[in-house]
Amino acid sequence: MSSSTEPKVGGEAAQSVVDTAAPVTSVASKSPMQLAMARLRKDKLSLIALGFVLFFVVIGLTSPLVTHFGWIDPLTTNQDLVDPFGRPVDKWGGISLSHPLGIDSIGRDLMSRLWSGVSLSLFIALSGTALAMILGVVLGIVSGVTGGWTDAIIGRIIDLTLAFPQTLMLLALASTGLIMVQKAFHTPAGNPTAAVYLIVVLGLFGWTGIARIVRGQVLSLREREFVHAATMMGASKYRLYFREILPNLWAPILVTFTLMMPAFVSAEAALAYLGVGINAPTPTLGNILNDSISYADLVPTFFFIPGFTIAAIVVSFNLLGDGIRDALDPKGHQ
Amino acid sequence: MWAYAARRVVIGVMLLLALTLVTFVLFFASPADQARHACGKQCTDEQIAVTEKALGYDKPVYEQWGMFVKGLATGREFPADPELKKTHPEFITDCDAPCLGYSKTNGKTVNYLIGKAAPVSVSLAVVAVVLWLAFGVSLGIIAAVVKGSIIDRGIVGLTLIIYAFPTFFLGVFFLKFVVVKWGILAYPGYVSIAEGGVANWLNNLLLPGMTLALVFLASYVRMTRAFVLESLGEDYIRTARAKGLTSRRVLFKHALRAALTPLVTMTGIDFASLLGGAIITEQVFAYNGMGKLTVDSSQAWDLPTIIGIVVVAGAFVILANIIVDICYALIDPRVRLG
Repeated sequence: MSSSTEPKVGGEAAQSVVDTAAPVTSVASKSPMQLAMARLRKDKLSLIALGFVLFFVVIGLTSPLVTHFGWIDPLTTNQDLVDPFGRPVDKWGGISLSHPLGIDSIGRDLMSRLWSGVSLSLFIALSGTALAMILGVVLGIVSGVTGGWTDAIIGRIIDLTLAFPQTLMLLALASTGLIMVQKAFHTPAGNPTAAVYLIVVLGLFGWTGIARIVRGQVLSLREREFVHAATMMGASKYRLYFREILPNLWAPILVTFTLMMPAFVSAEAALAYLGVGINAPTPTLGNILNDSISYADLVPTFFFIPGFTIAAIVVSFNLLGDGIRDALDPKGHQ
Repeated sequence: MWAYAARRVVIGVMLLLALTLVTFVLFFASPADQARHACGKQCTDEQIAVTEKALGYDKPVYEQWGMFVKGLATGREFPADPELKKTHPEFITDCDAPCLGYSKTNGKTVNYLIGKAAPVSVSLAVVAVVLWLAFGVSLGIIAAVVKGSIIDRGIVGLTLIIYAFPTFFLGVFFLKFVVVKWGILAYPGYVSIAEGGVANWLNNLLLPGMTLALVFLASYVRMTRAFVLESLGEDYIRTARAKGLTSRRVLFKHALRAALTPLVTMTGIDFASLLGGAIITEQVFAYNGMGKLTVDSSQAWDLPTIIGIVVVAGAFVILANIIVDICYALIDPRVRLG
């Protein structure tokens, strides 16, 4: 084999043109992943967004712990801190050392409520997103690889799902849905059932977008050599779908995931406004904001702080998603 | 093309029937007693049984669905009781085709309820779509033209931030601050064109229309920006510049035409989804449109009204999809229907 001598020849050629030989080997190779990470690292806005996302994730993860140790207390009411109209007795919405973000209309500490609210809202959004992604990716792959009748049926199911007025169905089906969820999953009545209901409906209505993207990608992937090779070697359908094709799809999956999270945080808030979802006194971002709307002009801190928290979460996840998409797109930064 | 349109309409009708069937099954799978909800809390068991029979709730689901579909085609009478019609014709409510059902809760046909609510939702949707297209497209073009500048970043960033707030937060903010606290605008309440003239109608719809438009603004700015940038990179733009056209002419005559066609699809489908009711916005501003009707009827467990709204809203979405696809083929010569 003469190939062993080739780098040397190339090295000499390079040496004759450029002075140093070292760059020839060091330029050599970077995986697409490394290139993407390098692009992402240069994107300041995305890094700031990533910082915010990590901050909210840490908030979400630490909430059960700090509640357990009694450092935050989202449930205790302090009627002595509010007047009969639900306005804080002190100035600035009751902001003080013990209540850094003020208090709500029955004197509960707003920071504590937001802290555990972020946790529950992110948990619901994450689980809903995960369910939607699993459904969408599996059905998208199956649809794309199998083609024919399966593809046609899944396509019609997507059409049907999209034709449903979604908010309407979530609202109208809430009471039925809660009972169905309770029967199917044997969850305790009340908020656990409500949380599962939210996750299930968000997932069931959210999978269509990623299914279409994945199907499109699979259609172009399934004619590639490595898939043919796997088929010829007698790979099982499962292996074909999830071992050969799935690893090539992580880019659109990651982007969709990051963009679906904030959409579901907003959806939880909207449903809380319509009275569907987690009930008081358990805080979510949605029902904290919903509690505050009758006090919006009387106690601006109580209204604006939860509103801006939701906006901050949605913006940072969106910016991060955009950043990841740009970084993964080889055409993006030419 | 007509064959294509006809095929799409047939598929659309089938999809709509599937939609009603799924809705029927979902609601009747519930353990809740439909007749009890329809009759009201004070009803005795006897009265409930009468209601159940009169409204056909004693029959199996598929039979009720069959009656509903038949009503859509030929109309129905409530209650469907030939004996009663002979003795007391004044108790019978006629519901002409396409009959969507009878709401015992309201004592009216669903057609009547939707007929009253639809103009509100349609007005709101029209004002919102005009606002978001006007601002979204022009801001998107500006951002694309000055790509990378501080203005571009400002436009994209600001619309994203507005999008990030929940709709009811924006609506409540407008009501409680812009209207009540600062008194900049009058408190909005729906006035139809027939009652108050166009100016009054528009004036009252401005705030809710703006709230609704802000929800869509960010995505339209981004889409317009992306499409304009994409078409500005095409070869024919370079040709147009090379032959000495002014940059204004290149932008408006050459780039925009290609850039804006994809927006037709988005606009059509978003607009259609709003015709079925903007639930949150209508709820915040207490406008009695389809969205408010949805909230009220689902709280009252008014099943026939809910199914009626699902059918009408679904029909709008399905119809819009067909119209948009055909329009797209008409505007863009590269698209072929098949």
